[in-house]
Amino acid sequence: MSGEHNEQPKKSVFRKEMSRRQFLSYTLGGSGAFMVGVPLLYNVRFAVDPLLKPDADGEYVKVVEVSEVTQEPQSFQFERLIVDGWYKNDTTFEAWISKDESGNIFALSPVCKHLGCTVKWNGSQDFSDEYFCPCHAARYTKDGKNLTVAPAPLDEYPVKIEDGWVYLSTTKPNSRV
Amino acid sequence: MLKKMYNWIDERLDITPMWRDVADHEVPEHVNPAHHFSAFVYCFGGLTFFITILQILSGMFLTMYYVPDITNAYKSVDFLQHEVAFGVIVRGMHHWGASLVIVMMFLHTLRVFFTGSYKAPREMNWVVGMLIFMVMLGLGFTGYLLPWDNKAYFATKVGIQIAASVPLLGPYIETFLQGGSITGAQTLTRFFALHVFFLPGALFALLAGHFIMIRKQGISGPL
Ligand code: HEM
Ligand code: FES
Repeated sequence: MSGEHNEQPKKSVFRKEMSRRQFLSYTLGGSGAFMVGVPLLYNVRFAVDPLLKPDADGEYVKVVEVSEVTQEPQSFQFERLIVDGWYKNDTTFEAWISKDESGNIFALSPVCKHLGCTVKWNGSQDFSDEYFCPCHAARYTKDGKNLTVAPAPLDEYPVKIEDGWVYLSTTKPNSRV
Repeated sequence: MLKKMYNWIDERLDITPMWRDVADHEVPEHVNPAHHFSAFVYCFGGLTFFITILQILSGMFLTMYYVPDITNAYKSVDFLQHEVAFGVIVRGMHHWGASLVIVMMFLHTLRVFFTGSYKAPREMNWVVGMLIFMVMLGLGFTGYLLPWDNKAYFATKVGIQIAASVPLLGPYIETFLQGGSITGAQTLTRFFALHVFFLPGALFALLAGHFIMIRKQGISGPL
């Protein structure tokens, strides 16, 4: 019969249909993922906000008169306004400031590049004319070059000279060694 | 009276099979110190859990007085320890328990290692155990900052700098943990949140997995 005959072409256009069960689990799964995902997105963005905030680049702060700076590194303290969340603090910082052979003034951070203790010029009797860290005996040259223990040279404060005063910004990786 | 109450509930909810399934099973001879004294090594897992419960309880009570803010954290800890009745005990439990729980966990891990209990079919429970180990260390690290004294501050600074030395990701881990570019107000709130909500949450999920697997697979056989 013609009916029997027509069944062959019908089979060739057969498409795999989605079952009711599949359709429901896709829609339920999709809406579920949406309902969890969107709130999660806001919360994760909230948690990682500090990673996406631009670094506040340090202004220059007045530290010491140029005439006080010598070839020998000396420690000077200065205050900078630090914004710590909902607190604003004048925080004290330390810089080792000296002149190089050609008379240029430069300033180094005392924070040891090993694990962050505080270094001192001539800090050990055994090593003269070097920065010394009391924690694990890291040593640095006058330029801040790491001699032992520490994996990197001392950080450097960018220096600006204005009206006979030394101004310092926030620390950058050492540019002298 | 209690028996009557139990029966009244049991008639309605049939709770006997529920607690039987959780609690009523034999302790094999080779893990029972009453049979072989040396089997006390099998107690370390349970002791770890016991101290964990004490940490959670004492921690919950500490939060009744503790304030996670840089100007008040130290003052609130000082107050709860010296002015509140049994403050020394509650803080002392949490303080000493924090070290003891790590010691017990380590001994438990040694037992599992030397009895070979990590072998098939229990590999997954070894992995979950290692995750518990890391979460525990995380709880110790984040809790240590909370009193906000010098020891806490510098221990955290050093810890964060160690994390910052990870190749490539280091600086991002540092900023994320610190909640900014310095160890300060936002570090303390972050560590508090991790210490009392996120890490305990992860710990409960892992402990549930740990115990369900033990129940399913049983204690490993004698050597
Ligand atoms: C099981 C794991 C836990 C460990 C290993 C742990 C560890 C620590 C450590 C080492 C400290 C510092 C204590 C001190 O210096 O005296 C601390 C403090 C604290 N923890 Fe935990 N903790 C745990 C669970 C919890 C939980 C679940 C809560 C709260 C729900 C909590 C709340 C606190 C609070 C409020 C402090 C600050 C008070 C203080 O320093 O005495 N802890 N924790
Ligand atoms: S922190 Fe300076 S030598 Fe280790």
